[in-house]
Amino acid sequence: MAKSDSIVRRKRLGVEELAGQLAGGSEIALARLITLVENDPDGMPRVLPLIQQHLGKAFCVGFTGPPGAGKSSLVSRVTKVMRERGKKVGIIAVDPTSPFSGGAFLGDRIRMQEHYLDPGVFIRSMATRGSLGGLARATKDGIKLMDVYGCDYILVETVGVGQTELDIMQTTDITAVVLVPEGGDSVQAMKAGLMEIGDVFVINKSDRPGAESLAVQVQAVLMMNPRYGSGAPPVLLTQGVSGDGVAELVDVIQAQQLNLNSSELEARRREKRKQEFEEIFKWAAAQEWKKLAGSDGTVKKQLDEVVKGLKDPYTALKEIFPDGFIKRYERTPS
Amino acid sequence: MEQKRPIKVLVAKPGLDGHDRGANVVAMGLRDEGMEVIYSGLRQTPEKIVNTAVQEDVDVIGLSILSGAHNRLFPEIIKLLKEKGKEDTLVVAGGHILEKDIPFLQEVGISAVFGHGVSVKSIAEYIRNNVAL
Repeated sequence: MAKSDSIVRRKRLGVEELAGQLAGGSEIALARLITLVENDPDGMPRVLPLIQQHLGKAFCVGFTGPPGAGKSSLVSRVTKVMRERGKKVGIIAVDPTSPFSGGAFLGDRIRMQEHYLDPGVFIRSMATRGSLGGLARATKDGIKLMDVYGCDYILVETVGVGQTELDIMQTTDITAVVLVPEGGDSVQAMKAGLMEIGDVFVINKSDRPGAESLAVQVQAVLMMNPRYGSGAPPVLLTQGVSGDGVAELVDVIQAQQLNLNSSELEARRREKRKQEFEEIFKWAAAQEWKKLAGSDGTVKKQLDEVVKGLKDPYTALKEIFPDGFIKRYERTPS
Repeated sequence: MEQKRPIKVLVAKPGLDGHDRGANVVAMGLRDEGMEVIYSGLRQTPEKIVNTAVQEDVDVIGLSILSGAHNRLFPEIIKLLKEKGKEDTLVVAGGHILEKDIPFLQEVGISAVFGHGVSVKSIAEYIRNNVAL
């Protein structure tokens, strides 16, 4: 093993400069900013005010479904069709972080090799880093950055554990649920959660036996849901490897984009902004709590008594905040 | 000890050789060492490798090559990294690389060449010591 002394240090780049380059379509600025928001909790708070007014042009589609459904190949095919239609595409592919080592094998990108040299396609892999909803915490921020960069469509591929992935619905404009005709999927498919978050359902690997009957079963389950009435989401058959059915899938995506236009899309986005603010508020409150628990005498004393089993947490909380939780802080009347 | 962010590594196979067992072993091993690893797939051109490195904003590129074309391909990769503004990346290599070629490669910008019998742990250690987070 031959070595040379070569500690590599990352370039230090100004956030304002990077944000400016991002709006100008610089690929490396987008990449560096995604890294910044992934790793620095102060990253997005600094960047977002600079790009806020540029947001809203991209349409974001989530792809979720059980592992092995062929999501990555499908996303790659969908990208190909979108490129043929002259659209710029951003892709975020999420894979799980190992709870033991903290590392991750980010293996979705390898299915999208045909796009490696296309300047109109930007692919970024993200590890969940402990997030449990199927997406990485930085995924929302990555979507915003790709929006400002100039992507027409942003495709987000989840980890793929199946029924627990509700994050995707709150993060994207529409969601495609990808299923395959194997492994008892017809039963799995009917479990709540997955069946209720899709705007379009895709039976991938449609060359395999059972595809048609699964499509029919899924359709039946969707129509039974009173939420949909006669407007149940479409169920499509695709083959990610050959590309069969993918053009029709993109047609559906573009049709939903048009139909969702103005009021309903804006309503969904408002709901998402509200949820995001709530999430950030809760996160900031949790950080404040950590500080208090470490530095405030009253809080430390109460915490100590709870930990020792001498006091219940509700009583302790009341003693810290005798006038109510918010009153302890300065507050502007509404 | 302060928890540092995971190091991001691209394990890439430049050129035409189809042997990726070693690359896979290193990729999985680095994941077990707490790094986030992307594997490029086989038969990558220098341009594809650099594009991936830029988009993923990796800290390290590990080049695995067994075809003997390293003297031609590696300088091309380093050159493209500079052109794209991504020269602040640690580039290391492994596979079938002749000892006598190593000085040339180091001069070109390959920081380390990991020959046969090297443990993945020592590769991880080298990376941790040479990437300033």
